[in-house]
Amino acid sequence: MSIQGSRIHLRQLSKQFQQTPVLQQIDLDIQAGEFIAIVGRSGCGKSTLLRLLAGLEQSSSGLLSIDGKALGEVGQTRLMFQDDRLLPWKTVLDNVGLGLKGAWQDRARQVLAEVGLSEKAKAWPAQLSGGQRQRVALARALIHQPHLLLLDEPLGALDALTRLEMQSLIERIWQEHQFTVVLVTHDVPEAVQLADRVLVLEAGQVALDLPITLTRSRDMASPEAVQYSAQILQKILRPTSVTGLHQSRLAS
Amino acid sequence: MHNSSRTHWLQPLLPWLVPLLLIALWQWSVSSGWLSNRVLPAPSAVLKAGWELLSSGQLIHHLGVSFQRAALGFVIGGGLGLALGLITGLSRWGESLIDSSVQMIRNVPHLALIPLVIIWFGIDETAKVFLVALGTLFPIYLNTFHGIRQIDSGLREMAQSYGLTGWALFRDVILPGALPSILVGVRFALGFMWLTLIVAETISAREGIGYLAMDAREFLRTDVVVLAILLYALLGKLADVLVRLLERVWLRWHPAYVRSSS
Repeated sequence: MSIQGSRIHLRQLSKQFQQTPVLQQIDLDIQAGEFIAIVGRSGCGKSTLLRLLAGLEQSSSGLLSIDGKALGEVGQTRLMFQDDRLLPWKTVLDNVGLGLKGAWQDRARQVLAEVGLSEKAKAWPAQLSGGQRQRVALARALIHQPHLLLLDEPLGALDALTRLEMQSLIERIWQEHQFTVVLVTHDVPEAVQLADRVLVLEAGQVALDLPITLTRSRDMASPEAVQYSAQILQKILRPTSVTGLHQSRLAS
Repeated sequence: MHNSSRTHWLQPLLPWLVPLLLIALWQWSVSSGWLSNRVLPAPSAVLKAGWELLSSGQLIHHLGVSFQRAALGFVIGGGLGLALGLITGLSRWGESLIDSSVQMIRNVPHLALIPLVIIWFGIDETAKVFLVALGTLFPIYLNTFHGIRQIDSGLREMAQSYGLTGWALFRDVILPGALPSILVGVRFALGFMWLTLIVAETISAREGIGYLAMDAREFLRTDVVVLAILLYALLGKLADVLVRLLERVWLRWHPAYVRSSS
């Protein structure tokens, strides 16, 4: 089953906490079904942007629309958190079916199979490994057939091998369902591997908007991939003047 | 390494070794005349007294009366504590309105109220049930309140972003999240329940285990006095076992409460 992904438009979007500006007049268009990765230093505002998209925070000014509608009317957005946030007192299956009514059990088993955890349906979250718990959290998001999936560093706490597994799992599921994905990460190679476009956020503004044109699935050892990673890293590590910002926009 | 089949059946018996030795020592010191019967009757005498009271039906009667008082007081006090804890835990308004008052009353030792309670209710059932209710209210209140407040705010946020509000949020997130703490409160409350009942029954009662002990004191029947004390200990242990059972069923998801069996 394929789903229409969400289109997202940000116009002059700003957010401040008390007096501190976190996001400053961001303009951004995301196509339906696009995979966007947002990278940047800690405190650059990337998590805030994601929480705005999820409706967990309100913007201070500017416009944010998903599928042409203002936020709040859209129920097709799901957020995966840094930590899995499974309810420890519910079995894996009940966690996946959280908030659902009617006969959801079969569908829950189906999405659990999709993330490769069919045999854990009756287990408690405490009995799972970190990677397995994140896969349950992914299944919990997928069962709602989201048009927009927001990923807030969901792989940050996982070990390297589990990360690789999760990355290819997310890529496979995204290709299958064709929803829109916004991934916040501080792992640059991860962004290059997964995203159609990588955004570098710097002091609340988009400092780089770089389309990744490599064919999938990507070989991260290829010179092109390495080149992309280097370009992004350089941008993150060396804060730019405004002219540099314009140049990178022209280049893309 | 070890002879596992031999240590295996010895293991469960080990905790009983010390109590059994103490009882043997006790029996020996009385029967050898080293300890006066007046001070402490032999275990065999206590058993005999227990048997006599049991066969005459008195023991069951007094046990029943005490149990009823304890249970009634616990249900009233615990219920009130739970309700108040839910109110203050779930709403900031409720907290501002009620919490500081409850905290003030909590700091009054409830047994200090006994003279007042006797004036209010006399020495009948109401006074004892009232005291037990007062003793059990606060531990359950405190632990319910804190249990709700210490729930991971991330879980609440997640649940709300999945559309859980109102009753569903309470049932799926808040109540199960607070339950470990509430059950700790229940355990404390059960301890206070027996303590309060013992004091209340010792001061004034016409039936119940406390009465049994006080009545026996008049006739210097130390065997019955010791029996009453042991009965209280037994009832306390029983209540504790009951809560452990509840923990094992309700908190079976919690790694700390999973039976550490292989």
